[in-house]
Amino acid sequence: MTVIKKTFAMSAAVLVLAACATKPVPEPEVVERPAPQPEIFVQQEPEPAPPQVIAPPTIQPPTIDPNAPIPGSVEDFAFQSGGEPRVFFGYDRYQLSNDARDTLRRQANWLNSYPEFTAIVEGHADERGTREYNLALGARRADSVKAFLVSQGVSPDRLTTVSYGKERPIDGRSSEAGWSRNRNGFTNLRAFGQS
Amino acid sequence: MTRIFLTVLAASASFATLGLATPASAQIEVDITQGNIDPVPIAVPDFIGTDPQTAELGRQIADVIRADLERSGLFRALDPASFLETQTDIDYEPTFADWRIIKADALASGRIVRDGPDKVRVEFRLWDVFAGKQLKGIRFSTSNENWRRTAHKASDAIYTALTGEEGYFDSRIVFVDQRGPKTNRTKRLAVMDSDGHNPQYLLGGSDLVISPRFDPASQTVTYMSYETLPAQVYMLDINTGRRERLGSFPGMTFAPRFSPDGSQLILTMVKDGNSDLYAMDLRSRSTKRLTTDPGIDVSGSYSPDGKRIVFQSDRGGTPQLYTMNANGSGAKRISFGDGRFNSPVWSPRGDKIAFVRQNKGKFAIGVMDPDGKNMRILTDDWSVDMPSWSPNGRVIIFTKETRGTNGKSELWSVDLTGRNLKRIDTPGQATDPAWSALLE
Repeated sequence: MTVIKKTFAMSAAVLVLAACATKPVPEPEVVERPAPQPEIFVQQEPEPAPPQVIAPPTIQPPTIDPNAPIPGSVEDFAFQSGGEPRVFFGYDRYQLSNDARDTLRRQANWLNSYPEFTAIVEGHADERGTREYNLALGARRADSVKAFLVSQGVSPDRLTTVSYGKERPIDGRSSEAGWSRNRNGFTNLRAFGQS
Repeated sequence: MTRIFLTVLAASASFATLGLATPASAQIEVDITQGNIDPVPIAVPDFIGTDPQTAELGRQIADVIRADLERSGLFRALDPASFLETQTDIDYEPTFADWRIIKADALASGRIVRDGPDKVRVEFRLWDVFAGKQLKGIRFSTSNENWRRTAHKASDAIYTALTGEEGYFDSRIVFVDQRGPKTNRTKRLAVMDSDGHNPQYLLGGSDLVISPRFDPASQTVTYMSYETLPAQVYMLDINTGRRERLGSFPGMTFAPRFSPDGSQLILTMVKDGNSDLYAMDLRSRSTKRLTTDPGIDVSGSYSPDGKRIVFQSDRGGTPQLYTMNANGSGAKRISFGDGRFNSPVWSPRGDKIAFVRQNKGKFAIGVMDPDGKNMRILTDDWSVDMPSWSPNGRVIIFTKETRGTNGKSELWSVDLTGRNLKRIDTPGQATDPAWSALLE
């Protein structure tokens, strides 16, 4: 805890020594002139339509289970993936668990059956990391998912990766229950031609 | 316990009586390491006007100066109701005894003079009350609507005269405005004055944007946007609205920061899932890879001389801070304490590196010397992130998030000493603040 002593010379231009109380002291000097405040250009972006997942038109085949999704639909992909096409990771981990591998094998089988689909593989992190580190961690997770799908025969050209870090949590709870859901890789299906 | 001194050694008597404009030296001792233990009491009466309009302007300007000085934690702006003397002409010496009675160490008295239909002159004198001496006389010419910036410039001049340090009031903060619940957030790039006034949106808000940072040399910001996938780094000139994507790399680019002279960006690029640091020359747009290891290398920040880079890497197992030369050579680890070290930012003064430490379920903002010594935690909480330095390297602004489903993001600032922890008012939730250099 030291006292920093600052010694500085007052310039002649700004230091006007005090006159006696009856005489006006000289006019202060102009030392700075603030630039006029720049006009801020507020850019209005056209609102792009939110990306939509559009399933290709399919004819519903006769089926015994009326609740089963239409084969080859986005819903079918989720159904075949075990409810939703999402695999989960441990804290600060990007290695795939056995469960995750099983899920991804089913995803790969489906993708191999329906080559008209592409997917954006999203990597997500929980809130217990800094923003920029979590973007990098999400990128590792997305790459783990993509690499496994490719190892199962899915063409890498059909898979784009993106990391959302901790920006897109699916569970708002600040507890292990919430965080464990937010540490995931999500295979976001796209009909061919969609970006 | 260290006292704050506001002492002006008497200038040569002959200069004073002759009133010569001869350089004189003054010595001021302000303890700038202790923050607000004993802030310097300063009186700032409403600036005198010549008509009702300039009188109102004078009141507003003095209000802003008082608020600026008070917010710095180094000063205590005395209540104008306690003032004994009402000056009518700032060209005459104040009655110092009247200001000593109310225990003002310094007095800043000013006036507003009409200079045209839309123009005014703002003139003020800063007095050392104990020594009975003028420290500074300053005049600004400005347009009426520019009064707020003029007030900040006056605050900076007072701050500099009394501390010997550059001020930081006439500056701006770019940040990300945040709306909506945690699981359905929208984020929008915005900018405001350093005191939180004049918030303005910079982009429409349809795309996720992260981590804006100012070019220290201009009114340009760089940020990361999900406008196209993979997400990339962009640049936006706030004055013209010109926006540009800095390359279409096959992997995501993020965590951009300008070099001190604005000629380079350091950013992180993802290749096959691995994040490494790259430098981009902003004229040629060529990129040079700076790190090659299989760990996550992210959050690069240049030293003020542009020769060194601090960044975080988990190459040793957990996220830690490293420094290296600007060309990527000579990397060495500088953080060795408990916990995970993240988001380093080199102070514009060069003497400190701010960082985020994650340890035992808490996040903290801390500082250390560039060699890793003298680590100090300034503030900790459930979640703090994205530190950014004031242009004089005195204050750190950062994001604080509260816990739970209804968790909210706010902007806070803390002094380099760990004192003067303050929330900065924003129109909605706000995150990712970054300070500009002092404005021209």
